[in-house]
Amino acid sequence: MAFFAKLQLWLFKSVERHVSDELAKIVAEYKGEKGALIPILQKVQEKFGYLPEEAISEIAKSSRISESEVFGVASFYAQFYFTRRGQHTVKVCLGTACHVRGGEKILDEIKRELNVESGGTTEDYKFSLERVACFGSCALAPVLVINKDVYGRMTVAKAKETLKEYR
Amino acid sequence: MTFDKTHKQAVSEWEALQSSNKPRLLVGAGTCGSAAGALDVLKAINEELERQSIEAIVIQVGCMGLCFAEPMVGVVKPGRPQIIYGNLTPEIATQLVKDYLMADNPRADLALGCAGDGRVDGIPNLFELSVLKPQVRVVLHNCGFIDPENINHYIANGGYSGLVKALKMAPEAIIEEIKKSGLRGRGGAGFPTGQKWDFCRKAPGKEKYIICNADEGDPGAFMNRSLLEGDPHSVLEGMAIGAYTIGANQGYIYCRAEYPLALERLRLALQQMETYGFIGGNILGSGFDFHIKIKEGAGAFVCGEETALMASIEGKRGMPRSRPPFPAISGLWGKPTNINNVETWADAARILQKGSEWYAHYGSEKSKGTKTFALVGKVERTGLIEVPLGITLRQIIYEIGGGILEGKEFKAIQTGGPSGGCLPLSMLDSPVDYESLTAAGSIMGSGGMIVADEDTCMVDLTKYFLTFTQAESCGKCPPCRVGTRQMLGILDSITRGEGKPGDIEQLERIATTVKQGSLCGLGQTAPNPVLTTIRYFRNEYETHINEKRCPALVCKSLISFYILPDKCQGCMICLRNCPTEAIVGGKRLVHVIDQDKCIKCGTCVDVCPPRFAAIAKVSGEQIEVPQQPVPIKPSA
Repeated sequence: MAFFAKLQLWLFKSVERHVSDELAKIVAEYKGEKGALIPILQKVQEKFGYLPEEAISEIAKSSRISESEVFGVASFYAQFYFTRRGQHTVKVCLGTACHVRGGEKILDEIKRELNVESGGTTEDYKFSLERVACFGSCALAPVLVINKDVYGRMTVAKAKETLKEYR
Repeated sequence: MTFDKTHKQAVSEWEALQSSNKPRLLVGAGTCGSAAGALDVLKAINEELERQSIEAIVIQVGCMGLCFAEPMVGVVKPGRPQIIYGNLTPEIATQLVKDYLMADNPRADLALGCAGDGRVDGIPNLFELSVLKPQVRVVLHNCGFIDPENINHYIANGGYSGLVKALKMAPEAIIEEIKKSGLRGRGGAGFPTGQKWDFCRKAPGKEKYIICNADEGDPGAFMNRSLLEGDPHSVLEGMAIGAYTIGANQGYIYCRAEYPLALERLRLALQQMETYGFIGGNILGSGFDFHIKIKEGAGAFVCGEETALMASIEGKRGMPRSRPPFPAISGLWGKPTNINNVETWADAARILQKGSEWYAHYGSEKSKGTKTFALVGKVERTGLIEVPLGITLRQIIYEIGGGILEGKEFKAIQTGGPSGGCLPLSMLDSPVDYESLTAAGSIMGSGGMIVADEDTCMVDLTKYFLTFTQAESCGKCPPCRVGTRQMLGILDSITRGEGKPGDIEQLERIATTVKQGSLCGLGQTAPNPVLTTIRYFRNEYETHINEKRCPALVCKSLISFYILPDKCQGCMICLRNCPTEAIVGGKRLVHVIDQDKCIKCGTCVDVCPPRFAAIAKVSGEQIEVPQQPVPIKPSA
């Protein structure tokens, strides 16, 4: 028992060390640059997929600003996440063009298919679902984006098919 | 290397390409082209060329703006004009390679039109088509025709000659030139650009900044994305000219992260500029230094507002502040800053290249030049268009757009995104310029134009916009933070059939307060969709409130679906597709929808075979149908 507890602690510490090493590298890249907080947060998220709590405090320490300020900035922008994300990010566009051409129907269908609300992640961490205000591919509305692939002229049936490719 | 030499080299490269004895294929592979399947088409073409051992030049170009016909490919055979083909699939593209490149059959049946010198039998001139004829391509002239990743293509087509000319001029003379062109800010507010540059130039202080606002956040707008993807150098040339004029040595491009291809093209273009000496220290031997940094947005609509955008570049929460002081006096890091939209910068480059008189002869008295718009929604030909200001909305929708989708009735056109308004049929003949649109209660905005037809509910559309502005309000000032939420609440209750008499007046009161009391453009314009829809579509509000009915059959709480017993053939398709198992029935039995289980998703309408058309969607009425499945009546 004691052995496992020790092992756990060791694993935890090594993960922590890994996070803080990676962070130090990223922060060092922006040393001396004015207004670098947002690019730092973007890089960290790119690395870990979200902003872990330890990352926020590490960034604060190494950039010499308060944790509350870092969190204040991060929570202002829709791009940043504070929880682990799914393997695939499914984004349903609900820009005006997509709205008038039935984007909401696509979103409803995907919610049912994945059994997850928008903003949520499936229990198996396979998919995260998001509604997005506009991708700028409005001429092909309604639009669905999975990871970096843009799918235009969607229908409920096509959306279901497309989703299958990522299962 | 001097610019003359660079230019000569670029021209000879371009001409060698034009007169090459190999066929050329130009594949439109912007974000929207790719979404429509352009990359699969590209792959099919490359495979077929290899299979047939045809030596050809394949170039990926930006978007020509004819998004309705994506994916598109332009094919040039030596000595022939370019033929543009639309709506391609990998199969058709493969066949096209065989038919045109191998067998010399230009497949007029697949062609949209041809461009360049000479004609091909049976194929019209692309620019004479009604979709392009009213258009004037000033900023988009390169988009779809040059390789956006090759700076020599840009230079060979007049690029950077504007910068070279500017560097030999006195800054005051450049400002005079921009003023004479009549250019006004293309981000939407329409402030005269020459005057704006003048303010910043005259502002005291040595350290100054310029910013390119590429945070195109309006839903339904993608003009800036297309331009950055299709011709990034035009924007960068404009920025270099502006920086020299104002006396700024550092520029920023604030581009939204949702545009990865635009960002990639910008990064590449900046590297190329550096190699050619168009950016960096001592640009083209002029003694002028200028650097550009790219800042990626992090997903906040309010950052399109200039003071919020600057706060975001500084690494803070992107909240706007009150003005004055204006950015021209105290902007980024408290220094004089000039901020312009993507299209404005590209326009400035064109003005320097071709002269202010040339630019000003397009457009109307008070609104000179051209403007790009994203024409989308329920219109036949969606796409990116560029028109001289002063053109009417009717021309845009019916000539360029080809009218309403599926021959339905036009209801409204929404301009200016969530800050704009919805204009009805009676306004279709008013000219598109800053003054006319403002007088009609809308705004020019950055250029989104969304067409709504009879199936669009105006109350629902207004609720949609308010949902957006309410979520994107930064919360700094109460009129916007509280007002948008209150308006959204009322709109929501109206669409749920819980509207009360007096709601319309209450909406108007709150809208006026938010408009007058808000700190920044977001709040000041957020009520526009509410005010314009009440002004032009009041009857739709009244029907929702008084009759609890949604005439466009959109608002879910106010509609019901019924299966008509005399039409249902008991085929079970709807039953199997209903996501909530609300349909009961069986083979050869008339199906029945359990109204309590129905979530009004409309799937049954979509899947019911059109020859039966057995499902009725109604609002405010009840259709008598059997309570339980009954055998279908044998057809007479």
